Amino acid sequence: MQASTLLLLTLVLALVAYGLGYARSRALAMPLGGIRHLKSLPFYYGARAALWCVIPAILVLALWAAFQDKVIQALIIGSLPPELIPDTEGRASLLLSQISNVASGALPPGFVEPPIVEAAERLKALREQSQLLMSVLVISVSVLAGFLGWLRIQPRLNARVQVESILKWLFFASAALAILTTIGIIFSVAFETFRFFQKISFIEFFFGTNWSPQTALRADQVAAEGAFGMIPLFTGTLLISAIAMVVAVPVGLLSAIYLSEYANKHVRSVVKPLLELLAGIPTVVYGFFAALTVAPFISDFAASLGIDASSQSALAAGGVMGIMIIPFVSSLSDDVINAVPQTLRDGSLALGATQSETMKKVIFPAALPGIMGGVLLAVSRAIGETMIVVMAAGLAANLTANPLETVTTVTVQIVTLLTGDQEFDSAKTLAAFALGAMLFLATLLLNVIALKIVRKYREQYD
Amino acid sequence: MTDQRSQAEIVRQSLKHRYRKERRFRAYGIIAIAIALSALLVLFADIIGKGYTGFIKTTVTLDVELDGEMMYLDDATDERQLKMADFVEPLIQALLKEIPEATESDRDAVRDLINPYASITLRDALKANPDWLGTTRTMTFLAHTDVDVYVKHGDDDAYSIKLSEQQQAWVDQLLERGVIDTAFNDVFFSNGDSRDPSKAGVLGAIVGSLLTMFVTLVLSFPIGVAAAIYLEEFAPQNRLTDFIEVNINNLAAVPSIIFGLLGLAVFINLFGMPRSVPAVGGLVLTLMTLPTIIISSRAAIKSVPPSIREAAEGIGASKMQVVLHHVLPLAMPGMLTGSIIGMAQALGETAPLLLIGMVAFIVDVPNGFFDSATVLPVQVFLWAGSPELAFIERASAAIMVLLTFLISMNALAIWMRKRLERRW
Repeated sequence: MQASTLLLLTLVLALVAYGLGYARSRALAMPLGGIRHLKSLPFYYGARAALWCVIPAILVLALWAAFQDKVIQALIIGSLPPELIPDTEGRASLLLSQISNVASGALPPGFVEPPIVEAAERLKALREQSQLLMSVLVISVSVLAGFLGWLRIQPRLNARVQVESILKWLFFASAALAILTTIGIIFSVAFETFRFFQKISFIEFFFGTNWSPQTALRADQVAAEGAFGMIPLFTGTLLISAIAMVVAVPVGLLSAIYLSEYANKHVRSVVKPLLELLAGIPTVVYGFFAALTVAPFISDFAASLGIDASSQSALAAGGVMGIMIIPFVSSLSDDVINAVPQTLRDGSLALGATQSETMKKVIFPAALPGIMGGVLLAVSRAIGETMIVVMAAGLAANLTANPLETVTTVTVQIVTLLTGDQEFDSAKTLAAFALGAMLFLATLLLNVIALKIVRKYREQYD
Repeated sequence: MTDQRSQAEIVRQSLKHRYRKERRFRAYGIIAIAIALSALLVLFADIIGKGYTGFIKTTVTLDVELDGEMMYLDDATDERQLKMADFVEPLIQALLKEIPEATESDRDAVRDLINPYASITLRDALKANPDWLGTTRTMTFLAHTDVDVYVKHGDDDAYSIKLSEQQQAWVDQLLERGVIDTAFNDVFFSNGDSRDPSKAGVLGAIVGSLLTMFVTLVLSFPIGVAAAIYLEEFAPQNRLTDFIEVNINNLAAVPSIIFGLLGLAVFINLFGMPRSVPAVGGLVLTLMTLPTIIISSRAAIKSVPPSIREAAEGIGASKMQVVLHHVLPLAMPGMLTGSIIGMAQALGETAPLLLIGMVAFIVDVPNGFFDSATVLPVQVFLWAGSPELAFIERASAAIMVLLTFLISMNALAIWMRKRLERRW
């Protein structure tokens, strides 16, 4: 049975358990003189039986589904004839994909060696066995646990407290998932990054000015020795982010000021959602716009002025990214400006200052820390933004500050290194994780600082 | 003392200057808003201008003579014969009949007017109606991509027209006579991806997106709501809870591509789940949208006034009953609104899905959560990167489909907020 069907079946079983539990609690209450004599309402006895039925079964199902492929693969590799047992991880995955292609019928058996065909047959058989075993195990666990739960229903049992504590644990587990996700991120990037630094030295990665990750995938392949200096990537990222900020900060800030101080309610109620629409547009659309409209426009325009501009310029990617970030800056600044108490405004206006003087000399300084926090968050977003730069910035790692030249960014390199076929013991693939680690650390640092500033500032007037 | 101006005089003198400054400052604000809104306008105009032609297809209507002898076919119910038969010849003959000045030597040029898949359309039609053999039928086929580009963009310099002068003249003539015509591009909504732009459609991507979103919704909504309930209602004030809170806020600001790395390392490498399937895509997007849903759900729970809780507690409800029977139903509209916005973000997300392999070229419409699939934004990415310009209009058209989904989701969220959210 498929995992999804099995899941549905478990839920049906849980419903049955609920019904049986409900009925049994009522039946037990009957001779005592009604459900008044139960410790909890019949609903809770039913819910308890259902939870008993469903939770262990789902745990078993999840564990089985998560690890069955790994176990089957290990079994297949282990049962291959000794001359075929792969020596590297890359070969193993190649062999496995060959075997599974034969098994699924995508690759006709005539094209491969007989042991592989045998392995494919074994794979099919193992998969079926695993599927069957999983179904039997999950169903029996579910029925057994449900039955036990049902058996233990007694009038004296406080089912409500039990159900509530199980629910509370489930709620806690959901909240803890956030920690698990973070741990997952840290371990997944840290582990591969560690392996990367076993191959490439720290000094080369952090201080190297040359990035060309093309390395030989096979020992006998002719390829350039890869160079993994991250400086050009980070300067490219910073250049594009800086351009984005040059566009987003003034536009976002001034529109926020106008909307919060000058615009009447009517204008505000139209313009604000329109600005927020900019934030809701998927980044791939901005990337499309940057790559196919803005970049050609910039290079044509520059050519008409007699300046040489690359067709994939940092300016195009950064400018469009700036447009994307405008609503982010404007709504954050809007919040902060609105949080400045009205008394400050009134005081300044009463002294005879004009509105713009009030804004520039009183409100803006008061709101500045909050605005800085918002801008830092926006910078972190620009650094981590992927699709626009993947589509509109280039692949060549240039160490340049000229916005008309093509540069590449950290996220572009992560995507290019990890799309397509990979081998997890080559420095090329592992480099993507090292870059991911740097990106994670950089944005984390910015976020922590920004959130601290924003929070600290907000407390001032409360 | 006439040369020493009074204070009032100074103020009056400077007023003009100050008012000018005031007006300038106000103008800056208006200019900033104008820039932002014109960017929005240009973006939409550009996408629509590039993409509206994607909703139009070019067709060729021909009187096809289904002559058995010409096609080497004498029994249309025989599978083997159908496989071997020549379905190109009747099309060429029909086209030659429509273009009187073309001779037998122009066969190749004439054949290039009609879509290479037209012969398959013809075969399928004959398979479905074996009695058509020997008759002449009027049928409509897709035109060749080059014809399609010429008909739509013949006067646009950006597109290189691949038809020869002679072919262009024929197409002009056939257009005038209505043999070549344009129609609403239903193919775009009923096909998966294809190497041939005129056959490429978004159905596969839409189904892939729906499957992925289903997984995301089913996982992230209950988990997000449960986490929010725990943090708001049950969590003790201790280090662990603080840590969870800080974590959730940070996760909301982690770049999405990092979640792609997580998915690749954990779901694909560690658990050995298959690549480019909606199940894994949904899991990755779940982790990504969870913080958004938790944060908005917490805000919704917070907005339920304490009096409701106290009243319920006052008549003896347990903490859990207070939450599930009273707080949750009142907070539900706010939670749903936040979740719709989170789902809209997930629907437009591309980067993490690239890393888990959802960029594969997939022609078939996916049938389940473990079928290889692609999603709408990734489809846009794939088409936008294609060197063939005919794919650019498909990409723009797909963007319009994607934006339609997104804007309607956001509109639904706004409507729900207005309609259902209660102020206390």
